[in-house]
Amino acid sequence: MSTLSKTTDNQRNWWLRQRWLLLRRMSQFAVLALFLLGPLAGIWLIKGSLNSSLTLGVLPLTDPFILIQSWLAGRQFGTQALLGALIVTGFYFLVGGRVYCAWVCPVNVVTDTAHWLRNRLGLRGNTRIQANTRYWLLGASMLLALLTGIAAWELVNPVSTLQRGLLFGMGTSWLLILAVFLFDLAVSRRGWCGHLCPMGAFYSLLGKYSPLRIRADGRDACDKCMDCFDVCPEPQVIRPALFGKKDGTGPLINEANCTNCGRCIDVCSKEVFSFGTRFNNKQSFGPEQAGINPSTEFKAEQFKQKEARI
Amino acid sequence: MSDSLGKPAGRAAPKKLDRRRFLSDTAKTGCAVLLTGLGLGAYASKSAALPVQALRPPGARSEDVFLGTCVRCGLCVRDCPYGTLKLATLGDDVLIGTPYFTARDVPCEMCEDIPCVAACPTGALNPDLGDIDDARMGLAALINQETCLNFQGLRCEVCYRECPLIGEAITLELRHNQRSGKHALFIPTVHSDSCTGCGKCERVCVLPEAAIKVLPANIAMGQSAEHYRWGWEEKERAHKSLVKPDPRHRYNLPEGIGYDNEGVGLIQDKTQLPEPFPENPLDSLNQGSKERP
Ligand code: SF4
Ligand code: SF4
Ligand code: SF4
Ligand code: SF4
Ligand code: SF4
Repeated sequence: MSTLSKTTDNQRNWWLRQRWLLLRRMSQFAVLALFLLGPLAGIWLIKGSLNSSLTLGVLPLTDPFILIQSWLAGRQFGTQALLGALIVTGFYFLVGGRVYCAWVCPVNVVTDTAHWLRNRLGLRGNTRIQANTRYWLLGASMLLALLTGIAAWELVNPVSTLQRGLLFGMGTSWLLILAVFLFDLAVSRRGWCGHLCPMGAFYSLLGKYSPLRIRADGRDACDKCMDCFDVCPEPQVIRPALFGKKDGTGPLINEANCTNCGRCIDVCSKEVFSFGTRFNNKQSFGPEQAGINPSTEFKAEQFKQKEARI
Repeated sequence: MSDSLGKPAGRAAPKKLDRRRFLSDTAKTGCAVLLTGLGLGAYASKSAALPVQALRPPGARSEDVFLGTCVRCGLCVRDCPYGTLKLATLGDDVLIGTPYFTARDVPCEMCEDIPCVAACPTGALNPDLGDIDDARMGLAALINQETCLNFQGLRCEVCYRECPLIGEAITLELRHNQRSGKHALFIPTVHSDSCTGCGKCERVCVLPEAAIKVLPANIAMGQSAEHYRWGWEEKERAHKSLVKPDPRHRYNLPEGIGYDNEGVGLIQDKTQLPEPFPENPLDSLNQGSKERP
């Protein structure tokens, strides 16, 4: 969260250095608060949960990831759920699929906290997990729904478990959340959200072609302080855009797993990054080589080397 | 593996090793995911069993379809005005996130507008349920005759009084009270064609542990074999007896001789005849020594 940079320019004021993180946290808590207003204060602006909700009695919203599983399992669609899922799908297609992760998902607060504590305590233990494991798990969760007739992933999905727990009563659900926290803290760096969560994987696919993107338009000013790599929850997405000029990659962070959290904008003292659109990814130098990205593996390794240096 | 950017000079990793590591990593990941999937599948099918005392909201589809369709959103719970419904959480015996209620705690009040069904976005609660009286959440069964007060001859029948479908879903059937010899037992009797399984009877049973309980219909009900026919019902349907009538009673009359008057009067009125078997069996043994009346 607030890994203080050695190089952060003191010219940039506190607000500039924290704004996206703060806005993001505000968004996450606002979503939760809106849901909690009902059960706690009797003000029913939103009913239901992130899985499916009704806002002000008219706007249905349904999680497409859960609805698809439920359709595979039960082969029934309610029109309201379907409509809700279409709205949600459309929204995240526009703003970036994993905007869900950075701006809405309650588990993100848990895993970010684990990550922060991990850095604070200087914990280094890191079980290597392939970053694409989440896509395997995504496939497995769909297959399981089809085979068992139950949206089986929902039995263990920490996202809906946590939110439902907060809204409807926790029971022993907190054990599951604790497990995710400890996993990220001690077992694997950014293990859950960065490697395993099939829900994040689903949303990344949803936002693969989203128009709203982070851009590294100011990359020429980069002094390779690596602060952005340090704070990015998916550090492998930065490299192609930031250092890709010499092999003709445009300044657009054109990666499905960028969560549009904006933390890189916060920490970069050279103001390399900004929110922008996916269009106009041209750059003056070299041919455009869209879609050719260095392997995740290699970048992860590089990142670890860099981490070890810190 | 195609990028050499930022790599320390002179340490170009051999491609072969990278590929091997990639393959072994992929295999490992695959196995781990497969194991997770198998475990989760087993866990899912195990936890799909609904405990008998957990009842689904009105209109819930058959349990397997319901479990598949419900997205565990809790909208039904939110719109239930009586706080009947709750969402299962980790640690409950009910599949996590799905709505249910416990009759003995808070039964379903059978709202006329069925808000829970109206709230369900997925159709896990069937929107075609127009009349709450058609709901089948379970079936009440008076499962303990030894403790039910009415079975002892008392007039408790609180369950009967409380039933929203009094006189249809639950009736009092009169039966002779053999203990006192002169009173009636008012037996609370549930009728599966009307009982909605709302649970109110179980909720109000005065006993510390209810003698009447609402159970899933498949547990509460027996099943008649397909080939069984109730003679009296068949007779009613056919408007006549379906068994072969007894052969007509005939004496072996000599040829050419028939009954007078078509045999009318052959079977004589019982009351005119003396009882052939006297009260005291000894009398019939001694009857030879007496003159018959
Ligand atoms: S990866 Fe999963 S748990 Fe993490 S923020 Fe995204 S949806 Fe939530
Ligand atoms: S019918 Fe009424 S009381 Fe019964 S579960 Fe539905 S909303 Fe609740
Ligand atoms: S409203 Fe429907 S989908 Fe939502 S929890 Fe209730 S039964 Fe399930
Ligand atoms: S559950 Fe009991 S109270 Fe409800 S309809 Fe059936 S017999 Fe009547
Ligand atoms: S309320 Fe209980 S004890 Fe009373 S008649 Fe009904 S089942 Fe029997």
